Amino acid sequence: MKKVLVDLTIKEVQHVNANCVLLVMCSETPLPETLPGQFAELRVDNTPSVVLRRPISVHSFDAEKNEIGFLVQVVGDGTRWLASLKVGDKVNTLMPLGNGFTMPTEGGGRYLLVGGGVGSAPLYYLAEQLRKNGNDFVILIGARAAKDLYRRDAYEALGRVEYTTEDGSLGEKGYVTNHSVLAEKFDGIFTCGPKPMMLAVAKYARENSIACEVSLENKMACGLGACLCCVEDTKEGHKCVCTDGPVFSIDELKW
Amino acid sequence: MVKTNVKIGGLELKNPVLTASGTFGYGLEFADFVDLNKLGGFIVKGTTLNHREGNPYPRSAETPMGMLNAVGLQNKGVDYFAQNIYPQLKDLDTNVVVNVSGACIEDYVACAEKVAALDKIPAIELNISCPNVKQGGMAFGVMPASAAEVVSAVRKAYPKTLIVKLSPNVTDITEIARAVEGAGADSVSLINTLLGMAIDSEKRRPILSTITGGMSGPAVKPIALRMVWQVAKVVKIPVVGIGGITTGADAVEFLLAGASAIEVGTANFMNPAVTGEIVDYIEDYLVRHNMSSVDELIGALQV
Repeated sequence: MKKVLVDLTIKEVQHVNANCVLLVMCSETPLPETLPGQFAELRVDNTPSVVLRRPISVHSFDAEKNEIGFLVQVVGDGTRWLASLKVGDKVNTLMPLGNGFTMPTEGGGRYLLVGGGVGSAPLYYLAEQLRKNGNDFVILIGARAAKDLYRRDAYEALGRVEYTTEDGSLGEKGYVTNHSVLAEKFDGIFTCGPKPMMLAVAKYARENSIACEVSLENKMACGLGACLCCVEDTKEGHKCVCTDGPVFSIDELKW
Repeated sequence: MVKTNVKIGGLELKNPVLTASGTFGYGLEFADFVDLNKLGGFIVKGTTLNHREGNPYPRSAETPMGMLNAVGLQNKGVDYFAQNIYPQLKDLDTNVVVNVSGACIEDYVACAEKVAALDKIPAIELNISCPNVKQGGMAFGVMPASAAEVVSAVRKAYPKTLIVKLSPNVTDITEIARAVEGAGADSVSLINTLLGMAIDSEKRRPILSTITGGMSGPAVKPIALRMVWQVAKVVKIPVVGIGGITTGADAVEFLLAGASAIEVGTANFMNPAVTGEIVDYIEDYLVRHNMSSVDELIGALQV
């Protein structure tokens, strides 16, 4: 899959909660095919403390409109710069990177998509594609409180969405692994979010013999499999999250 | 047409632009962004006699205008390189140089011998300066006697161009440079990374699994320039300049300081197309300054 280095223009900026911004960008040249679970490395400009690009997962992708959406949570100087961008600004982008989720080859399956916090970002594009391929799904999103969630309308427009919050302000109180939807039958689980949550989901999937893929976000530099900084210790040794992942089957991991 | 080609020992480069080991993979990872044949050459990932898993994650930390890494020479070993990677690289119209590392002299020699058998690899870069391995690596490169010992052993076993990569983590880098020149090196490349450290104050823990690691990026450029300048004055063999080169102007600065060629490292992570841009910049620079050859630039600093 050919990768490109392209200047994207910001078309839309949406502050989706106190700490997260949705950036929808477009390109003058046709964007390469981009799959659910893949990511891009965005260059951060005018920020002396930042030299490395910021890896951000693909939240939405529209090949017809030539648009790509990224959900950016402010955690440091780099993401702060990205979140401060305005419509019309340009972002130098390296994409598409990584492998993406394993899409079912035929329809008729039923999948559980488990997200936590900003980690649920790639599940939006994944859910959209699953529906397009004739598969059913339930999206289960966990957060500390209702105010930490974002784009609820957009997710709910795709299909059934369930919530857990730690303070009980929305959905069932507690963690995603305690939610009653887990009692239903699923052909597979896709998850992305904080590592403790993914570990718990992976444990649940293993105990119940359900196929499960997790999307990792190890700290990385090049995004191309060259620097070997982002490795995960798998059953086959160190693998690059940027090129062998970011999506791994739990069977590959030592979790 | 300006003349951009340079010679490093027996190695003919079409221009002085190389890439630093460990920052350019096996070249192929960058083929979507750079015409590999446009480069003077590239130096592939540090290669050892046997497979190495490298250090545990986390292995990197971003620092102001730079980064630390503690990869620890993860690679699948020289035989894997020869069987699986070399066939993909051997028909390129550029120089593919292998960076060779080891835990002991015998390993360096055995690895160099295996690389010598690969027809289309015209040179090795001997890594006696990796700060991220417990045995070998930098341990050889910080004392003139041990540096000379490993270089002289490899020299006997390796007939092609031998570049030795030097550590900046020494009291006087010129002493080490002279020692390896005396031991038969065809060229010295410098600098490898500077030993550094990063701490997470909230967690009260080091960021790297190895606590310390090698620092690189734009922040190290002034130190690298100074060391290239010092070494170029005292050795007769060509110097390859490395350290924070991010733009074409940076590359020209190293040539002026006395480097015959340069290696681009961390900048490949910032802009995967940067090496091709640097090649163009040097050519434009020569035209702009009415120079007919890059030789007029090498060591031409006016002081």
